[in-house]
Amino acid sequence: MNQTKSKIFTPFNIISVPVILVGLVLIVIRFWKGIGAVTNLTQEIPWGLWIGFDVVTGVAFAGGAYVVTFMVYILKMKQYQSIVRVTVLNGFLAYVFYAGALLLDLGRPWNVINPIIGNNFGVNSVLFLVAWHFLLYMIAQLIEFSPAIAEWLGARKIHKVLSGMTVAAVIFGITLSTLHQSGLGALYLMAKEKIHPLWYNEFIPVMFFVSSIFAGLSMVIFEGSITHRVFASQISSKDHHAQNPIVMGLSKICAGTMFAYFFLQVLVFIHEKHWGLLNTPMGYWYLLEMIGFVLLPMALFFYSYRRNNILLIRTAAILTMLGIILNRLNVTVIGFRWDATAHYIPSWMEVVVTLTVIFTEIWIFRWVINRMPVLRSSPEWAKH
Amino acid sequence: MSINRRGFFKVLGVTGAALAIGREVKAAPAGNGEIDFRGILYDSARCKGCHGCEYDCADANGLPVPEPVKDDLIVRSTGETRRTVVNGYNTSKGKVFIKIQCMHCNEPACASACLTQAMHKTKAGPVIWRGEKCMGCRYCMVSCPFDMPKFEYHSANPKIQKCDMCYNRLKTGEAPACATNCPNEALFYGTRRQLIAEARKRIVENPKLYADYLYGEHEAGGTCWMYLSPVNFRELGLKNIQKASYPALTKGFLYSVPSIFVLLPAFLLGIHQATKKENQTIEEDES
Ligand code: SF4
Ligand code: SF4
Repeated sequence: MNQTKSKIFTPFNIISVPVILVGLVLIVIRFWKGIGAVTNLTQEIPWGLWIGFDVVTGVAFAGGAYVVTFMVYILKMKQYQSIVRVTVLNGFLAYVFYAGALLLDLGRPWNVINPIIGNNFGVNSVLFLVAWHFLLYMIAQLIEFSPAIAEWLGARKIHKVLSGMTVAAVIFGITLSTLHQSGLGALYLMAKEKIHPLWYNEFIPVMFFVSSIFAGLSMVIFEGSITHRVFASQISSKDHHAQNPIVMGLSKICAGTMFAYFFLQVLVFIHEKHWGLLNTPMGYWYLLEMIGFVLLPMALFFYSYRRNNILLIRTAAILTMLGIILNRLNVTVIGFRWDATAHYIPSWMEVVVTLTVIFTEIWIFRWVINRMPVLRSSPEWAKH
Repeated sequence: MSINRRGFFKVLGVTGAALAIGREVKAAPAGNGEIDFRGILYDSARCKGCHGCEYDCADANGLPVPEPVKDDLIVRSTGETRRTVVNGYNTSKGKVFIKIQCMHCNEPACASACLTQAMHKTKAGPVIWRGEKCMGCRYCMVSCPFDMPKFEYHSANPKIQKCDMCYNRLKTGEAPACATNCPNEALFYGTRRQLIAEARKRIVENPKLYADYLYGEHEAGGTCWMYLSPVNFRELGLKNIQKASYPALTKGFLYSVPSIFVLLPAFLLGIHQATKKENQTIEEDES
């Protein structure tokens, strides 16, 4: 711990601290002068970067938590045990920060408790469902992660109780994830004429769900490649050696689910008969997404799995993540009112606030990793 | 897919439905089709483009006095300071005007989108916005097919602005401000049934003057504002949108939620139990 404290001027700190400070000022301005003072949102395009990227894309990347807990606790694929905690922690923080970023985007945030305390249940609303699921899922993830906190605090009795709740929390969490990952897509179902036809179809919820599997796992691969370097001192050599086979296994699952996803996309495309749209600028954009950021990384995952090439898998994971960003933004921002006269391009202030959210999350992540047994192995007493 | 899902749901989800959306399942289909909402019939053939209703609207709703219109043909949209505008179009039958505002859909996308029920379809017909409930998420704006709710982006206490058919006047038995004051009787206020009958009558009596179409009779599942016009509605910038209701687009998804909530945990628990037995020996080895 002393070691980490002594290094204050790391590149990450030097970049993140000023950004966070500026971001905090912008957030004050936003609450003082209104959302329009910092964002470029318009009457036609009321949801921009903060929803389309922070919430919709961020939550897709957080999908790794429910997939990995499913593999370990439900399918009992024990070889993935060592990445459960860090993935759940990542997922939990992602929800707290990215779903929390939703609060910044609310014009009247003081009324946010209305749909929670139950005086106004808009039960016909997809957003109502999604908001509730976010909340419940955060609790489920906190329970899944809580044994690590108990181990840190040395609370043996509580540790036992909390560990006993894990499987229930996992089952509940997977159910919630299935529904709100698809629910994020279902949010846009009513915007039928507003989203470019290449991205709008009644299967958006299914697409969002399926893609959240490989989005989340690619994030796990990517995050693992970084944490294993940055926090190398904390990781036992056994876990370190286990990492490559884990990445291999994950890449196989990514490739498989991406194949299913691509197949679905092709089916929908053929079903909707959009051939004519392909030869337009939006059509080229669509092809770029499908070929460059789905088909290509999928092939890379397959190939590098066979070749046992970790570096290539990481490349594939990064390409996949870019593809997810592209896809979510195409549905929520780029393809949304693509025909509007006034286009929406996020302001630099929106970008800075988004970076603030991400950087703060990483700070907290690092704080937790340095204290709790997340990458480190649990204390002896907790293992029985 | 949605049909399959619904059939699937019928078999399995009867109990599940009660879990999450029970109340609404009963309430929602209870026939917005049957209630005879109040609404307004706007007749483009009568409107002379005096913009008087814009002033009446601003006056009745405490909005800033509208700027004088210099050029009729420049298309304006409603905004956070104006709930209605009248635009002129050069059409195949000369210059024709059209007034735009919230359509007060029979099954409003905005109200079904709203997670706090701040957007609310009243029994009388108007779709109203209730500030004490609204959290400013703007999902109503994302969902409205007519882009009618507008948001005060430059306020720390922002409101959603849109026509509420002068709901407060309606409660005291008055007609909406615009409909009361129109000097050319272009706005006809009444129940939807009356509006449709009146529109038919005008078309039959004057088939040369009118295009044989009542915009809003079926658009978005029917709206309380309806338009008669001498030309095809597309020449007046009205959108060619789906006839079915917009909330129906999310029904398939929402209906599948309770059944997933019942079935998926059971399924997961099943696998969990099954794999437990298989792995028991391994686990014992490990610990
Ligand atoms: S036109 Fe838009 S705002 Fe008005 S009732 Fe319909 S969906 Fe709601
Ligand atoms: S902005 Fe207000 S009225 Fe519109 S959906 Fe959100 S809570 Fe409802």
